[in-house]
Amino acid sequence: MREVMDPWPFVIAVYVIGVGGTLLLTGLSWLAMRRAEARRDHVRGRESGR
Amino acid sequence: MHGFANPARFLRFARWLTPLLALTGLVLAGGALVWGLLYAPAEGKQGETVRMLYLHVPAAWLGMAGWMGIAAASLTELVWRHPLAGIAARATAVPGATFTAICLVTGSLWGRPAWGTWWVWDGRLTSMLVLLFLYFGYIALAAAADEDGQGASGGAARIPAIFGLVGAVNIPIIHYSVLWWNTQHQTPSISMGKSAMASDFLVPLLVAALGFSLLMGGVVLMRMRAILANAQAEARLRRKAMSASDATEPA
Repeated sequence: MREVMDPWPFVIAVYVIGVGGTLLLTGLSWLAMRRAEARRDHVRGRESGR
Repeated sequence: MHGFANPARFLRFARWLTPLLALTGLVLAGGALVWGLLYAPAEGKQGETVRMLYLHVPAAWLGMAGWMGIAAASLTELVWRHPLAGIAARATAVPGATFTAICLVTGSLWGRPAWGTWWVWDGRLTSMLVLLFLYFGYIALAAAADEDGQGASGGAARIPAIFGLVGAVNIPIIHYSVLWWNTQHQTPSISMGKSAMASDFLVPLLVAALGFSLLMGGVVLMRMRAILANAQAEARLRRKAMSASDATEPA
């Protein structure tokens, strides 16, 4: 006989991991893009400022 | 597509499309998840555990779609030498791996109350785990090719592209695993043009899938822009270093 489990801890864990993982991926990708574009603009600015 | 081979043209297009896709995706996916968690009904047999569907299924679709994107970009890179194709494939790898990992973890969390176990070595679960390892392999190969100094368009870049194409053989195996083998995982409830699912579950699921797909599109564009910007900065610094060394060389 299988034990009857409360499903809610599992449902909440799924939402925390899924939403957290997606937001982390989006946030880190956004930061990487902003940093890389700022670096490129900085290099361009240094060149044109010479 | 060749119109976007020019990075400047691609960037003009990507600058407005990136926030549009990401924000629309966040709103749609967030709305669908609230709908699924709080307002969608419980299912007769599965009870409240069915609420995991709205995260687990879009994550599984995007894990597979990510690799199909890598395979398509790799084919474009190998056949037409499209300069942005290698960048698109590299930018898709981490989001695809993330959604595959989310699918595996949420599936395990669903399996415990539904099947009484966290994991079984059946066709669907094992082929999905193989997909995650393929992503890790692709990410490592792409990083090694980039360290070679030729970026996403050099000769060494062909190795991850070939790997991306060969790895696509796993996608039909994942899809048909539940039909070919006797698995713990259920057979597909949705196929092209028909669904065995009631609209109470189907509509929020499709909205969640659309939202997560748009969000993944936005994330891939963000990562493409980051790779391009880093490559442009490196190219300028290299040119500058070369012109400085030419100037100091004795005549």
